[in-house]
Amino acid sequence: MRIALFATCLADAMFPRAAQATVVLLERLGHEVVFPAGQTCCGQMHVNTGYQREALPVVEHHVDVFEAALRPRAQGGDGVEAVVAPSGSCVGSVRHQHAVVARRMADQGRADAGLAARAEAVAARTYELSELLVDVLRVTDVGARYPHRVTYHPTCHSLRMLRVDDKPLRLLRAVHGLDLVELPDAEQCCGFGGTFSVKNADTSTAMLADKIRAVQTTRSEVVTAGDSSCLMHIGGGLSRLRVGTKTVHLAEILAGEGWEAAL
Amino acid sequence: MTTFLGMPGLPVATERGTLRGPDTFPVAARKALGDTQLRKNLGHATSTIRAKRARVVGELDDWEELRAAGAAIKADVMARLPELLVQLEENVTARGGHVHWARDADEANRIVLDLVRAAGTPDDPVTSVVKVKSMATQEIGLNEALAEAGIAAVETDLAELIVQLSDDTPSHILVPAIHRNRAEIRQIFLDHMPDVDPGLTDEPRVLAMAARAYLRRTFLAARVAVSGANFAIAETGTLAVVESEGNGRMCLTLPQTLVTVMGIEKLLPTWRDLEVFLQLLPRSSTGERMNPYTSMWTGAPRTSGGTADGAPDGPQDLHLVLLDNGRTATLADEAGRQALHCIRCSACLNVCPVYERTGGHAYGSVYPGPIGAVLTPQLAGMHGHGADAPAGGDPVDTLPYASSLCGACFDACPVRIDIPSMLVHLRAKHVETAQAQRRVPGLPASAENAAMSAAAWVMQDAGRFSFAEKGLQLGRLLARDGRIRSLPPPLSAWTTSRDVPAPPAETFRQWWARTRGDRS
Ligand code: SF4
Repeated sequence: MRIALFATCLADAMFPRAAQATVVLLERLGHEVVFPAGQTCCGQMHVNTGYQREALPVVEHHVDVFEAALRPRAQGGDGVEAVVAPSGSCVGSVRHQHAVVARRMADQGRADAGLAARAEAVAARTYELSELLVDVLRVTDVGARYPHRVTYHPTCHSLRMLRVDDKPLRLLRAVHGLDLVELPDAEQCCGFGGTFSVKNADTSTAMLADKIRAVQTTRSEVVTAGDSSCLMHIGGGLSRLRVGTKTVHLAEILAGEGWEAAL
Repeated sequence: MTTFLGMPGLPVATERGTLRGPDTFPVAARKALGDTQLRKNLGHATSTIRAKRARVVGELDDWEELRAAGAAIKADVMARLPELLVQLEENVTARGGHVHWARDADEANRIVLDLVRAAGTPDDPVTSVVKVKSMATQEIGLNEALAEAGIAAVETDLAELIVQLSDDTPSHILVPAIHRNRAEIRQIFLDHMPDVDPGLTDEPRVLAMAARAYLRRTFLAARVAVSGANFAIAETGTLAVVESEGNGRMCLTLPQTLVTVMGIEKLLPTWRDLEVFLQLLPRSSTGERMNPYTSMWTGAPRTSGGTADGAPDGPQDLHLVLLDNGRTATLADEAGRQALHCIRCSACLNVCPVYERTGGHAYGSVYPGPIGAVLTPQLAGMHGHGADAPAGGDPVDTLPYASSLCGACFDACPVRIDIPSMLVHLRAKHVETAQAQRRVPGLPASAENAAMSAAAWVMQDAGRFSFAEKGLQLGRLLARDGRIRSLPPPLSAWTTSRDVPAPPAETFRQWWARTRGDRS
């Protein structure tokens, strides 16, 4: 399948390995990955902080870029069949916020009335990595080997906005050599919440403290998740406290040990 | 009397401060987070009730259908509110009750006060009333208003009583004294409960018996009761209160005069609709299949109810005060009106990771937790961050941001209120209000606004974005051993407790251009 990668701004700038591993994994499974070079960001930070007017051009830009990627090649597009992002949160924003912002801004006379429908069309073919693998490509054993003790944190947006359910766990269980340990109170938020982590830093930290305690009870070497943002938060705490557990994006585990050799 | 309904009015600013606390949420939360007793009680209580709720909800295979039905009924009520309220008024009146309409808190308090005064005589005035636990009367600050007029309002719900005796404020919709432990409760009883046994221990049963004895004396002497209502049935004029202790039923049956204060959104069209809500409410709120006491009353009794003297049983003088207090303004906002679907079960509080750690007082409103964060700003109004806002902003304005948007509240809500989407909507409203205020000449944009505008300018163009990424890569200079331990404000709020990894030597798009650049 020909698939467009939406790397997400955070992975692009700060955590490129999550996006690189997604490319390496999909190519290993025999798919063709394209990276629409015009892409930037989904606008979630703006929307979730209340800046919908400022988010509007970012949303419009995202829709333009991926609409073109999805357009058949005969019509000048990239002819991809799906868009994938290594982030539940950014896909949640594309799927659940873009049309909402477009409608609100259209009501204020700031956005084109057709934008919401275009955003919905792009969103309908945009998938989070575990969704793409399990639902679209119909694979759970991706042939990876990862001989480490790992615990999985289901991020809030993948769980409650996208309802990925146990798809990431099914993928992890099929990884050879991986010792998967259940995370206590796994579904509790890690406290990131975008600008919440700065605006309400004390509460955010209190939530993080409990997440770190849960991670520690698992005695894992690695905590994984489908979102670089939540991993940045959990990892930021683990690093500050020198816990010794590291954070690794789900895509990197599925790419398999030694995947960096393909870089 | 109904002409103002359905017409958007301005949200009310309540003078009694029952919706607007003294501190912003971050400031109040910081204090609460340091309270060990509070953290322990909250952690224990919320996790216990979460487990109970999950168990009883899991028993029903039609739970999702029930939630959908509850949401649909409430949406229908909001669409037809004026007409249904008139129907309710007609049916209550036809069965011997009296209906009063209150635009705001002050009007409601005045109405109740007049009714309480009218229940007495010049020689024998009413000096106290008994109260059924009610959010609406807390919202209007009724107890304080009655106290100013020399009338004592005695709370009869055990937890409310504890809060009242200690001159405290509730911290949870359903478990108002969730922040207290047994030893504290014993001390509160010893210090403030009239005629209490000085040998009182802190055993739960002993404490409950002490409260029982005190309340029995109070019930038997009471001439007026004030209640809220969980539901009102438009087609019959029936009011309903659900509770666990039975003290509410004492209030509803013993006194001669019963005054019910109810938000106009508590309405249900038909008796049949109760079937849905009497399943949704107890399972969501106390984690019980059914609540121990469901009291319903329809007008004043006119036939003999079996009292010794053959007089009709129960209160003879029935009043219903229908309260707006910002609700029609809330109804006018299509994206915000779902907040009026709330049945005050408090399931969203119990699953909220923020509430679980800060407790209710941090919200500064009688409505705490996720529902408080969306209801309070709509009832009380947000003020933006204009020139005259207090430092750190208006406390109410900080409430929509008191959430990580984790979405647990939406999943728990028995009437499917999409609280996370409403929080995002209210944040946008807040920013737009603040921006409109800043458009006054001479006022600079806030630092946050400037940063957001700059980021948006960068994020709408890949060239600008990759240029900005190169700037970010300079952050590697700040890192030691691959991590950054300290950043300047406002990002210092992050680095006080969390590291930041060093930016990568090569961004993703640089890698792509280097390895696959010829492909697209
Ligand atoms: S918003 Fe929903 S979950 Fe929260 S108290 Fe209201 S009805 Fe219950």
